[in-house]
Amino acid sequence: MPLYLVRFVQMHESFRKAELEALAELAGVEIEFVSYQKDSPFCIVSLPSDAAACTIISRAIISHAIYELWGQGTDYPSLHTSVKETSSHLWAQYATTPFRFAIDSFQGHVPNAAQTKLIESFSYLSFRGPIRMRDAPLHLRIFEHYPFGSPTPSHLYLGRFLASSGRAAKTTYDLKQRHYISTTSMDAELALVTANMGLAAPGKLFYDPFMGTGGFPLACAHFGASVWGSDIDGRTLRGTAGVSSIQAKREYEAGKGIKRDVLGNFRQYGLLGNYLGGIVSDITNSPLRGCGAGGAGQGGKEQGAWLDGIVCDPPYGVREGLRVLGTREKLTDQERDTHADRYKEAAYIPPKRPYSFTALLADILAFASDTLVENGRLSMWMPTANDEDYDLAIPSHPSLQIVSVCVQPFSKWSRRLLTYRRLPRTEVTGNGEESMDAVKKNENGEEVYVRPRADDLNDFRRKYFQGFREGQQKDTQQTSSCPKPEESTQTI
Amino acid sequence: MKILTLNFLTCARKLCKSSNTAFPLHPQDAELEIVEQDMNVEFLRNILPRLMWEELSGVVGELGLPALPPTVPTLESLTEKKLKAAENDPTGMNVVEVEVPSQVALDLHRLLLETCVKEGKLVCGSCGHEYQVREGIANFLLPGHLV
Ligand SMILES: [Zn+2]
Repeated sequence: MPLYLVRFVQMHESFRKAELEALAELAGVEIEFVSYQKDSPFCIVSLPSDAAACTIISRAIISHAIYELWGQGTDYPSLHTSVKETSSHLWAQYATTPFRFAIDSFQGHVPNAAQTKLIESFSYLSFRGPIRMRDAPLHLRIFEHYPFGSPTPSHLYLGRFLASSGRAAKTTYDLKQRHYISTTSMDAELALVTANMGLAAPGKLFYDPFMGTGGFPLACAHFGASVWGSDIDGRTLRGTAGVSSIQAKREYEAGKGIKRDVLGNFRQYGLLGNYLGGIVSDITNSPLRGCGAGGAGQGGKEQGAWLDGIVCDPPYGVREGLRVLGTREKLTDQERDTHADRYKEAAYIPPKRPYSFTALLADILAFASDTLVENGRLSMWMPTANDEDYDLAIPSHPSLQIVSVCVQPFSKWSRRLLTYRRLPRTEVTGNGEESMDAVKKNENGEEVYVRPRADDLNDFRRKYFQGFREGQQKDTQQTSSCPKPEESTQTI
Repeated sequence: MKILTLNFLTCARKLCKSSNTAFPLHPQDAELEIVEQDMNVEFLRNILPRLMWEELSGVVGELGLPALPPTVPTLESLTEKKLKAAENDPTGMNVVEVEVPSQVALDLHRLLLETCVKEGKLVCGSCGHEYQVREGIANFLLPGHLV
């Protein structure tokens, strides 16, 4: 298969390969990573065709563009040798094509005075077409990778530009320009990556069980999916909560300004046709058809398996403490009667009780297992503590296979984007009582999965909450307004 | 809320999950509205096999909407071929064949995606619990005595 150079963005490193793999899966093409380094924005992949390369890159968010690889080397003499060996059969067809030559240097640069000379060193390509700086049909690019602090590059590549990525969407959906957001809205870039990992695409049905102001559904809709979702807080959906709405709400009530709500976000981006609506609900008592039925049906009917994807950033209660519907204590008969009498009143607020982190994870996985179609995906964010190498538990479920784990590190903690695939019913083994998997780093620094012992898990949980309390204290000092996190080890 | 989503919602109570009368929920005192939306045949094609057709027909009847065909339309019936004047052809002599949504698809789109419950309630056939719909948003939070 031909080789291509992907010009990555040099950030969110652990998401880059996973995003391209997801897009290759979506396009139904095989991708192989021939060379990839975490500290380099240049990556060589093999793909079946130019068309496949263009299709995949067109949706990529943490990439800039893809190029046909014309040669590579560790210095200029070896690059020239490689270009002559690799691409000489391609030159003739571009002999008179209008063209452009550019240089892309990473962690270094070529002085202006030297650039012309550098480009002239490729004169053996013998292009006679006019030079055109904009939209040249032939755009060749020299890539230089300088090791940090080094005056000379250690890797060089020559590539022919094929297509730009879908990264412009990061700007389109920027939170600063968005109609309606909240303090917990995921930045546009990572929301779009999440939608890519979930394989959102035209015709598909996606759901976010913690939709808030709708950032993930919006990202999925951008890629053509039809979306809906739920939130335990009806005010968020209806548009009286959220950051941008505080001032907007006053304006709206004063008769000026517009109502800010989730629907308005879809309107802003011209995606109303992809929005199926929102409902107020709670993951532990979800009204979704098939939920809690284990994918099998009521009355013998197959009720589950109708969602193509689930994308979410569950509220882990790092700041506010987790809450779920219910009461701490069993209700007395009198209290039950009071709830039964009052629940239809507009001002009735259902009681909530503390909820554990592990119970939440288990509920989300069971929810995904019950509702996803075969090979449907769950892409879910999960925070973890940083301070130990391995006890980063990845929740598991017998009918969900982990596809990728991407990490966004912060100083005291990290958050991970976990992507699962719903296994076909015939491939599911196990009884659902298996313990959580853990990720361990091997000698090459790569993550591998290790099934932990029970006391490893206890250690993980202890560290997990400690990790967050440290982060919490720091935050509290800075803002002195964060409520104490809920100690929530109670299970349901 | 769109009629389509009613086909994916059941009673939120755990006790009702095993009952075969908890799905579908029955709309009552429903105020309907039409909210126009772009046609999306690809989505209809994907979603059609996942619908519980008999239950959908029941809800359509309860709402007093035009009856659905007795069986699920085939995927092929969602589009039809039509002859159309070729673009950029000033003579108008040339025609091309294009695939367009069929009347079946247009009717389904109208019903599933453009017909919405604006106000009203959804009632569980098993436990009788009523879920309120306000401004098109249904509230499935269970009160204290039902969790
Ligand atoms: Zn019920």
